Amino acid sequence: MVCCRRLLAVFVGVALLVPLSVRAEPATDRQIIHLLNRIAFGPTASLVAHVKAIGIDRYIDEQLDPAALPEPPALTERLAPLDTLKLGASQLFAQFGPPSEETAGGMQQTQGDSDARMKRDDSILQQARAARLYRAVYSPGQLQEVMVDFWFNHFNIYAYEGYDLLWIGNYEAEAIRPNALGKFRDLLLATARHPAMLYFLNNEANTAPGSPNAHDLFSGLNENYAREIMELHTLGVDGGYTQQDVTTLARIFTGWGFNYADLQSGSGSAFAFDPLRHDASVKTFLGQSIPAGDEEQGVAAIDILSRSPATAHHIAFELAQYFVADQPPPALVDRLAKTFLDSDGDIKVVLKTLLTSEEFRDSVGQKYKTPYQYVISAVRAGDVDVRNVVPLWWTMERLGMPLYLCQTPDGYKNTEAAWLNPTATTVRIDFASLLGSGAFLLYAPEKGEEATKLVADRTPASELKPRPIDAVALEKLLAPALSEQTRNVVAFGANWLKAALVLGSPDFMRR
Amino acid sequence: MNRRDFLGLAGGAAIAPVLGPIWAARADEAPQRLVVVMLRGAVDGLNVVVPYGEEAYYAGRPTIAVQKPGAEKGALALDGHFALHPALSSLMPLWSDKKLAFIHAAGSPDPNRSHFDAQQFIENGTPGRPTTPDGWMNRTLAALPGARTPTDALSVGPTLPFILRGPVSVANLPLGPKAAAPMAIDQPQVASAFDRLYAGNDKQAAAYRQGREARTELVADMPAEQQMADNGAPPANAFPAVADRLAGLMTRDRHIRLAFVALGGWDTHVDQGSDAGQLAGHLKPLGDGLAALAKGLGPDWNDTVVVVISEFGRTVRENGNRGTDHGHGNAIWIAGGKVNGGRVYGDWPGLADAQLYQNRDLAITTDYRHLLAMVLERHLRLPDAAMAKIFPDMPASKGNLGQILSA
Repeated sequence: MVCCRRLLAVFVGVALLVPLSVRAEPATDRQIIHLLNRIAFGPTASLVAHVKAIGIDRYIDEQLDPAALPEPPALTERLAPLDTLKLGASQLFAQFGPPSEETAGGMQQTQGDSDARMKRDDSILQQARAARLYRAVYSPGQLQEVMVDFWFNHFNIYAYEGYDLLWIGNYEAEAIRPNALGKFRDLLLATARHPAMLYFLNNEANTAPGSPNAHDLFSGLNENYAREIMELHTLGVDGGYTQQDVTTLARIFTGWGFNYADLQSGSGSAFAFDPLRHDASVKTFLGQSIPAGDEEQGVAAIDILSRSPATAHHIAFELAQYFVADQPPPALVDRLAKTFLDSDGDIKVVLKTLLTSEEFRDSVGQKYKTPYQYVISAVRAGDVDVRNVVPLWWTMERLGMPLYLCQTPDGYKNTEAAWLNPTATTVRIDFASLLGSGAFLLYAPEKGEEATKLVADRTPASELKPRPIDAVALEKLLAPALSEQTRNVVAFGANWLKAALVLGSPDFMRR
Repeated sequence: MNRRDFLGLAGGAAIAPVLGPIWAARADEAPQRLVVVMLRGAVDGLNVVVPYGEEAYYAGRPTIAVQKPGAEKGALALDGHFALHPALSSLMPLWSDKKLAFIHAAGSPDPNRSHFDAQQFIENGTPGRPTTPDGWMNRTLAALPGARTPTDALSVGPTLPFILRGPVSVANLPLGPKAAAPMAIDQPQVASAFDRLYAGNDKQAAAYRQGREARTELVADMPAEQQMADNGAPPANAFPAVADRLAGLMTRDRHIRLAFVALGGWDTHVDQGSDAGQLAGHLKPLGDGLAALAKGLGPDWNDTVVVVISEFGRTVRENGNRGTDHGHGNAIWIAGGKVNGGRVYGDWPGLADAQLYQNRDLAITTDYRHLLAMVLERHLRLPDAAMAKIFPDMPASKGNLGQILSA
């Protein structure tokens, strides 16, 4: 018997191995580039070699567990000088104070004070941008950074909305990135509690009318967050809620706000629930009863929202649209929605279903890159040494997608209709030409004191020379994803223009 | 051979020499133009065109109401019932000149209070039907008689908004201070290589060619401007300069028939202010910009209509944070040489509790499409048949717009 069992085990093992070995037939370069165009910000030579060595399935698994991937020195050295990223939300507020348009402690500021403060506050934003872009270019956890892009837009906030100038980087670091591959419910709750979201959608001011702590600006309900959390973050606009649900949810969330003691002392989480601004009565929300209570009412509402089939469908649609096609196949969306519900909103499990689907595999080149994806993928493909992100950020702004400056809570779209237009095409080509020729001097510090802090290479200005992209290496890397027409035009192009032609080609604008 | 045919044959490879004498068109009949300014985020129309004759307005807005005309920092009287926000004082000359009117209690009849759906319904021209594949300004462009040129319609900004998307390709151009700065594509050697890369018939190639043509036509004769410090100014503050540049483009390029600009920052849920504050700070550059546009267009102002529209209005009663939440009816602004202005149009439904939409919002008595249809018919001179395509589900007119536009 024992012998037979062993034999059986061996057979089972073999049976399991067979389909694996069938799937492990070497992926083509085109398949690898397709994968890296979607779960990374495009290919690099070393990454293509890595995927070729371990196989597509193992690479996906690797990407789903980014904590196991060590941070490379190239990234560590770039992040090290970004000191404001090491501060928590309360510390940022205590050290940098209310942004410039506010009066400091009731004292009128002079214009000089105000300008100085504006500049100082803006340096926090510059550092947040630098960190985001360095991670997108250099992080080995590419899928995590892709999901940061996805979730940041899903839970968008705007940097020039009052205090959010101080907090936008911290919001990403504490609410978005750690949960980008986690449970949706945790992500939703983390955004709901973060002071940046509380401020952006005015939930921090949302107050039960007539409650003991109602006062001045904080004297009654504010529907803003209650509406957007349902419309944008969870159920979707057709998710079946009513105006009554919006008002009820606003009442449920009364009392969620800032911890002013934390903000003054510069320690603690900055979030506090104030029972004295809360409407604790029993609520009926989306047809479900929520018993009388304090903060737990809001948490119960978040549980209801994150487990709703409408939410599952909404998130499934957005993921399929981001990773597969602008009009994603309905059958795929349905499968992802089911996976979302079955796994209690486990983002990793949903992504694994998506990335191993036929629909994903067969959607080569169906997506048009957003300006963000286009710029980062060009820098990566060209193996550019980036120590100054300002020209990259400026290009995104020229293309209508300045990082952290989408004013509205719906975030930037990722569809072709949103980004393909006449001016965008000429501006992308301009960027490709400047990047290809090395004219951006990305390896060198940006002028100006604050920006200089962000870079490590301190080549004297007199020795700064453009470092053009190696067009031969670039073409070799991307050739499997270029049409014959493009390869021909590049072949006949002037040498100094070849890299620009590859990066400015219609093929490279797709993913 | 017309210009378009030539460009088609040339595959976009040689463009600069065929610009043609743009000024020659000046001899023709002046083109009728429409400029649409969209205020994304839902401007609080009740604080723009203030119904100061309504007690309910002051009762519902104890901290944010704009005071009556005559009071200190009060609104600027328009008639016996309505007054203009004082931050819009630069528009008063247009009002006195009877070139500016408002239609109050207007908007999209769809009850949705989502910014994004409501904007879609303003832009696609079919409230309640989100699947309409193109914008009403694109359908308008398709219905305009005459040969198409690359700059018949112009969207100001780095992206192309839904209102102008559709079968007819449309140019877009950011009008920031660096609009005319040189680009790689201006070099002939670069351009000819990229022309070969984008020689196909796909959407990307079409966008490329449109971009090349529009850049050549629009930017070539734009005055080289001093490099201005941008200082990350919020978009609304930049509007006067943008409007001035738009006026310059329109006077120089007589092909432009339709133009579109969107401005953000109107979603005032908290501390919106009254005569001063957040909303006032956004209205001031808007008013200044519209005045600059009227002035900059010179004689062309007579043949231009400007419509300012937002996706919905805001709650009649202020919320618990000295702001307003998403509402329904709003005021639409219209200005231009042929506007019979100096009047607030529309049937005013009142602000008493029983008169409100769902007991919270200004009701809508004029469908925004009725106003736009009138502009398209009387100003752009489109036939009835075109209207059925541009606003296919438009209900029979009930709005009271009178003779808001001279034919």
